[in-house]
Amino acid sequence: MSTTDPVAIFRQEAQDLLEQIEQGLLDLAHRPADRDLVDAVFRGLHTLKGSGAMFGFDALAAFTHHCEGAFDKVRRGEAPASAELVAAVLAAQDHMRALAEGREASETEGAALLARLHAAVEGGQQAPAAATPAETTWRVRFSFPADALANGTRPLPLIDELREMGACEVRALTDQVPPLAELAPAECRLGWEVVVTTAQSRAAIEDVFIFVIDDMQLEIEAVGPEGEAAPEPQAAAAAVPQAYAPAATDVASEAASSARTARQGESVRVPAERLDELMDRVGELVIAQSRLKQVAAGSIDPNLRSVSEEIERLAAELRDTMMVVRMVPVSQLFGRFRRLIHDLSRETGKVIELVTDGEATELDKTVIERLADPLVHMIRNAADHGLETPEQRQAAGKPAAGRITLSARQSGAEVWISIADDGRGIDRARVRAKAEENGLIAPDAVLGDSELLQLIFHPGFSTAQTITNLSGRGVGMDVVKRTIEGLRGTMDMTSEPGQGSVITLRIPLTLAIIDGLLVRVSGDRYVIPLAAVEECVELSIEQDLRSAGRHLINLRGQLVPFIRLRELFDTGAPPDPHQKVVVVSTGAERVGLVVDQILGDHQTVIKSLSTLHADVETFSGATILGDGGVALILDVPHLVAAGQRQDAHLRVAS
Amino acid sequence: MSEAIDMTGAVQRQAAGEALQVLTFDLQGETFALDAGVVREVIDLTAETRVPGAAPFVEAVINFRGRVIPLADLRLAFGMARGEPTLDSRIVVIEFELKGGDATLVGLRADKVHEVTLLPLADTEAPPSVGLRWRADFIRCLAKRGGELVIVPDLSQIFATRGGASGTVVPFAQAQISI
Repeated sequence: MSTTDPVAIFRQEAQDLLEQIEQGLLDLAHRPADRDLVDAVFRGLHTLKGSGAMFGFDALAAFTHHCEGAFDKVRRGEAPASAELVAAVLAAQDHMRALAEGREASETEGAALLARLHAAVEGGQQAPAAATPAETTWRVRFSFPADALANGTRPLPLIDELREMGACEVRALTDQVPPLAELAPAECRLGWEVVVTTAQSRAAIEDVFIFVIDDMQLEIEAVGPEGEAAPEPQAAAAAVPQAYAPAATDVASEAASSARTARQGESVRVPAERLDELMDRVGELVIAQSRLKQVAAGSIDPNLRSVSEEIERLAAELRDTMMVVRMVPVSQLFGRFRRLIHDLSRETGKVIELVTDGEATELDKTVIERLADPLVHMIRNAADHGLETPEQRQAAGKPAAGRITLSARQSGAEVWISIADDGRGIDRARVRAKAEENGLIAPDAVLGDSELLQLIFHPGFSTAQTITNLSGRGVGMDVVKRTIEGLRGTMDMTSEPGQGSVITLRIPLTLAIIDGLLVRVSGDRYVIPLAAVEECVELSIEQDLRSAGRHLINLRGQLVPFIRLRELFDTGAPPDPHQKVVVVSTGAERVGLVVDQILGDHQTVIKSLSTLHADVETFSGATILGDGGVALILDVPHLVAAGQRQDAHLRVAS
Repeated sequence: MSEAIDMTGAVQRQAAGEALQVLTFDLQGETFALDAGVVREVIDLTAETRVPGAAPFVEAVINFRGRVIPLADLRLAFGMARGEPTLDSRIVVIEFELKGGDATLVGLRADKVHEVTLLPLADTEAPPSVGLRWRADFIRCLAKRGGELVIVPDLSQIFATRGGASGTVVPFAQAQISI
């Protein structure tokens, strides 16, 4: 399990780097003068180039080299970080991503991107600094931790790089080299002192060591007459005692690397499958524990009982912890949309501002991934249909920049995510006209406001008068709605004419666990997701008999269709005398499920059914009960739809 | 022959050793053999949960070490009677790559499980196209061992067609209307 494929690690790293670079570029579009941002982007590109070359991604390294070069010019103040440059590098990024993933990337496309990049740099380039800065002589002293060679650091190219900067004198420092008897040939005990006379700045020299600077000692001082006044020693990393002490250096390099980890928020990257495996093990443990509990309950040994209780507590805690491990902040999701907004803004010619709120809210990793596409679609819709052009906005007395607000907050066992825009709002008359045109509603149908808005989620509905590149191909909101429902979530929409629209998604915290109602039908147990359960009533004998022809019960004046699960499941056993009806709903539609017994509520770890059961639509998954048995989880949206269909057929028939 | 052997890479690799390493088991008096490489574990019968609406071939699921896995009955794929469980009845858990999916664990019912053995490839042959009681595409190859016939089933074909019963499953929507 722990074997690591270096190429896979590089790809992962490249992914992170590209994301960092992208964030930096997007920030840079707003604050072009921010030197830290320029440096951050440059560093990202530099690292990408370096590690790309190291792992044999030569095309990537060569391509990135050009982008890095462009940013180097910006860094040295030779070119401004113009909007064109940022856009050019952003465009080039997708190419880099393709190269990093080893996908086929067209060379002509790469060349075109580079041409654009060069145009952006040359166009914005100020008159190149005419007076080359005066040359300075620097004394650079550096040494590495003893295990540097084993970790892949190669001092020679670094020295070569220094030599390329100007006249150079290199001297090895041998004072750390132990006596021959103690010398380990694989350890790096040499230090170097390089005196270099160059026009380059101190930062340029530091950049030579950019990959290794965290684990090494580096001192740079100006010695030349025209150099900076006072020599200031630079200790780049943790100070290491100068005496020969192998243990100490190891500790120091560990300290340096742990400091680096701390900067990344002390996180460990774990493949999702391992978490799933861990989850399975915890599931097994809980089952074994409940057996132990049964054994202990039948025993008089107080020791056994106390151990059993202890294990019960630990297992429960372990399960709770496991649930939390899968949670990631929604900032991971929201972060991706900044690029989208940037692109949308360029494509539509609208000025769009993205505001995010509640990014620390956490959601299950799987949920986050499945939410990405629907959110992209909704943001596109908001930008394309919702927001007006700057001229229209100003005419309406609004600020020229349209605003899209993404916010997330937790509410009980749900997370509410809303996408709000301050655009023109939904044009009800047009929605209505369109729905009538498509035959979704009768021309004189009386609809409430929310019903009218719900039409937008109907398959094949689009209000865009002209179909743009971005949205309005009619394959829209219904797909979004289905995805959200697949996550056991709901979506609502409100809209104020002239003020904008808000779509609110309510998503359960996690897909891995649900609260369910455990019921019995004949000899088998089933779980009904508790969130869908409205109420439980008894099926009286009169109702039972009367309903022989029509499967409807009267629930406080409302007729609700019901499904006898024992018939649906073809149990073939006579029903219990006191059957219950569990009324479940999705939104406005309800259906009653007739069961033999309600066993109680049950917190459930959801297991998906295998593809061999993909054709069984009645169940959305399965769960393992305390006694080790398996209970199937009913797919409520499917049952409700089936119940409604059955009702409609009966109405037609009668 | 070559086509049958091309079905899975595992067999091809073993073809080099000129013998199949298999786990043999009985179903209604016939001897079956499974590539030993896919067998994960042989377990005793355990509590089964019926999946209403599923094909009879995979009518139940079981809890296998905290996972819910389907329980398939090869007897139905080969047109045999189910038979009552006996003291010798076991479940062979295999890890198998279903078409278009990841590797999945599947339990197979067995009337009696024998040993892991070697089937020399020279003794195997493709199923004859006529004169066979069973669907020829469900059989990867037949082998002779001590005068006894050993059937090596083609699991991917059997699973893909749900044991040949997928056509008879009544879709849920239709079942509803008939209530």
